[in-house]
Amino acid sequence: MDLLNALVAILNFVVIPAASYGAQLALGALGVTLIYGILRFSNFAHGDTMAFGAAMVILITWGLQALGIGLGPLPTALLALPFGIALSAVFILGTDRAVYRFYRRKRSAPIILVMASVGVMFIMNGLTRLIIGVDEIRFDDGARFVFTVRDFRDWTGLSEGLSLRVSQLITLVVTALACWGLFRFLNRSRAGKAMRAYSDNEDLALLSGIDPERVVRLTWLIATALAVTAGTLYGLDKSFKVFNYFQILLPIFAASIVGGLGNPLGAVAGGFIVAFSEVAVTYPWKKIATYLGFEPQGLLQLLSTEYKFAVSFVILIVVLLFRPTGLLRGKSV
Amino acid sequence: MSNIRQADASSPWRAPILFLVLALLFLAEGSFRNALFSGSWNTALAILNMGLISAVMALGVNMQWGYAGLFNAGVVGFLALGGLAPVLVSTAPVAGAWAAGGPRVVLALLVGLGTLVLAAQAWRRVPGLMRVPALVAVLGLGFVLYRWLFDPAVMAIEANNSASAGHIGGLGWPVLLSWPVGALFAAAAAWGVGKVALGLRSDYLAIATLGIGEIIVAVMRNEEWLSRGVKNVSGIPRPVPYELDLQSDPDFVARAAEWGLSPALASGIWVKLLYAGLFGAVLLVLILLAELALKSPWGRMMRAIRDNETAAEAMGKDVTRRHLQIFVIGSAVIGLAGAMMVTLDGLLSPNSFNPLRYTFLIWVMVIVGGSGNNWGAALGAILIWFLWIKAEVWGPELMRLLTGPLPAGALRDHLLGSAPHMRFIALGLVLLLVLRFAPRGLVPEK
Amino acid sequence: MAEPYLSATAMRGGYGKADILNGCTLTVDKGQIAVIVGPNGAGKSTAMKAVFGMLALREGRVTLAGEDITGLTPQERVRKGMGFVPQTHNIFPTMTVEENLEMGAYIRQDDFTGTLEQVYDLFPAVADKRKQNAGELSGGQRQQVAVGRALMTRPSLLMLDEPTAGVSPIVMDELFDRIIEVARTGISILMVEQNARQALEIADIGYVLVQGANRYTDSGQALLADPEVRRTFLGG
Repeated sequence: MDLLNALVAILNFVVIPAASYGAQLALGALGVTLIYGILRFSNFAHGDTMAFGAAMVILITWGLQALGIGLGPLPTALLALPFGIALSAVFILGTDRAVYRFYRRKRSAPIILVMASVGVMFIMNGLTRLIIGVDEIRFDDGARFVFTVRDFRDWTGLSEGLSLRVSQLITLVVTALACWGLFRFLNRSRAGKAMRAYSDNEDLALLSGIDPERVVRLTWLIATALAVTAGTLYGLDKSFKVFNYFQILLPIFAASIVGGLGNPLGAVAGGFIVAFSEVAVTYPWKKIATYLGFEPQGLLQLLSTEYKFAVSFVILIVVLLFRPTGLLRGKSV
Repeated sequence: MSNIRQADASSPWRAPILFLVLALLFLAEGSFRNALFSGSWNTALAILNMGLISAVMALGVNMQWGYAGLFNAGVVGFLALGGLAPVLVSTAPVAGAWAAGGPRVVLALLVGLGTLVLAAQAWRRVPGLMRVPALVAVLGLGFVLYRWLFDPAVMAIEANNSASAGHIGGLGWPVLLSWPVGALFAAAAAWGVGKVALGLRSDYLAIATLGIGEIIVAVMRNEEWLSRGVKNVSGIPRPVPYELDLQSDPDFVARAAEWGLSPALASGIWVKLLYAGLFGAVLLVLILLAELALKSPWGRMMRAIRDNETAAEAMGKDVTRRHLQIFVIGSAVIGLAGAMMVTLDGLLSPNSFNPLRYTFLIWVMVIVGGSGNNWGAALGAILIWFLWIKAEVWGPELMRLLTGPLPAGALRDHLLGSAPHMRFIALGLVLLLVLRFAPRGLVPEK
Repeated sequence: MAEPYLSATAMRGGYGKADILNGCTLTVDKGQIAVIVGPNGAGKSTAMKAVFGMLALREGRVTLAGEDITGLTPQERVRKGMGFVPQTHNIFPTMTVEENLEMGAYIRQDDFTGTLEQVYDLFPAVADKRKQNAGELSGGQRQQVAVGRALMTRPSLLMLDEPTAGVSPIVMDELFDRIIEVARTGISILMVEQNARQALEIADIGYVLVQGANRYTDSGQALLADPEVRRTFLGG
């Protein structure tokens, strides 16, 4: 019985939260890694793209709510998401046209593009603050739980509870669908293969008649769609606050480097590795140890939650030290 | 070709003229009182002082970016680390804190460091299959020992007079001494990060420094025994007299009266002038040293490496080693600026270390001023800092002007209320425009 | 005499101020194998790049099947029937062999499964590995994929920049056999080769370049027989 309780506790406090957080990171890291693979720079504006897109989704959600349109038990934001993606994509394609294309044509060093992305980050950050403010916003309407701790206890008779929030389930389902769609697109479609070819060998792709500008546009489009989805899911799960999206940049970069920059499959794996390590290291294991018959002195928490970003950083450092191309080989140059 | 020659021809006058414009801006700020300027010398000097400190930060960033093309995205961290030095070196010792757990904390930190060294040795020495288990064992045991030493000590220090202290306190040494110590702190952290992230792709350093920056700030925010966290450390001693002391000094009051100033105003201005002199002197010495270094064989090699890394490597230069050098030196300068800033504020407030403000704003200063040129970086820093502060006033004014025709209502209120956020947009635009249309900045590299 | 299928005449140009090509002329007839040999730095690869439009010419013109293509970009030349296999970085390493070939046919709107089968027939060794990532293949097999990729557009002229660089002698012989086979289907071949002796053996026409200009031009056999050529360029 205690073993079961321990398992349930692990599921409730570690596995489910880490899985949904990992899914959000994975979506973000996919965007970073795609942009890296095609445009060859680390996009510092990615976190703020997530924030900007989520802000758009929130505005549209409010509009829909005012009109009385909803999805019943599901959050209205899900309905607003496609519109949010479209608006953000228009903006991002605009930044490519106005900012990045110039440096691409000049074949500038990647670090110059990184710098330019910092400028874009500032603008998007300011716009998001301007549009929606800096306060914390909750926009998860509809049902809150798929099942609650009490439901679970009533069903099973265990003393330990388990709950699943709607936002967590949606995160997992949407991420699974997005990954399935993306990998199908990359592996099966002509345009997706052209993207991979361009990422693999730019010169040869040009020789083969692949239009670089089209590939770049497509990349921005997909990365934005993933970023806005990630941003919305993150906001649904943990509430929306502009500054949080700057802070999530580090775990996202860590996830994409761990998986190997430019490698989409690696980004997904990296997202979950970072999330599970973060949650496992900052979770107090005392309760579970007690169920297993130990009597620990302290909380058995390896690191306080304030340092969760340190976990991403340490993972990053370890990967840079031992395998700079990432676990699944990505680009080294 | 012709473009470059043109820039060369105009450059001897360019910097002096721009510095003159800057001086005029400060004079206007001090003397005119209208919608644009405050007309207060106290305000003008306060902006100047922080501008001078920003110039030191910009100098550090310029060494890394302008000399070597290294992107440090964690300026805020090195700054905060430097800011810790005045607290640890020059604040008064906290009674009972050292006895409560000082030696034990130091021991714990040594154990932590020793664990890392031992782990590195284990990785290098232990052969074959035993490598990973050995590493894990060393790290695991080290961590347990570290926490066993560290946690009770921290608890004891934090419990010691927690309302007004609760931290380890300082040594009570002169505050100026803490400035080089701040530089050393930052240099040590930079060495660690640089050792790992340099020599890989150029963006890896940016990402790694972004991480170390966030972690250092998180440590400062949460380790109350060290920095009192969100409770702030105040009362950091000054290298200059206090206003209140001056006001009660009859000599000073008499001299202020000669100038026709009230004692309160005069003391404020005098203190700020002393700071300005101190910061200005530090800035000038640093620029002098940097210029000398740049003209030395070492500086020439640095620039050769930046301009063509592959060629320099082919000529047998150890690029990674040079990069590490310059990265550490630049970070030390940033740490120095952090110590100066905390000294000026008399307060360490870990919550105020915001990356947008202290990393990316500094970057804009360097890019606008002229990357690779020390005078340019200093100029850009003071100018951008002036504009950044004034934008706080000008932005809402402008917004009020623009929204004048709008009917009073929610939209107008929202726009007026969010005017401060326009600063970020403006900053981003300035960065992008300069990067694109004047990549060499206001005062280009010679 | 009718104009040759490919004719690149009196080419001058280079990457900066100094010209690398100093009036170099190359022609290839339909189904012919033309080989460019010469010492290091003679501008062999540069000449090939100039024919393909990767280098802007100061003087000279290039015609393909009688049409002047001097001003076209490499991509446009691919559409005109040129196929190019770079010396290095000539495959998509994280894509499968089959995907590499598909990317070769990217500009084709029609059904290319027939061409795909022809390439597999030509290179049975890589046909067995069609689902494997090209980056995991051996050096010789990678070169076959690279040649196969270029063949997917059904070019009338195939250009190979040192196809045997870094492969073993056995693999080299095998590759040359395949190239002869390709030429027999009516495709003209223009090839730069470091292994001059072996390459000239299969060449219908050979060009010996020195300092960006033609030094000797003759049939492969004749060049091999020329004592002067042998002494200076083939090591005796």
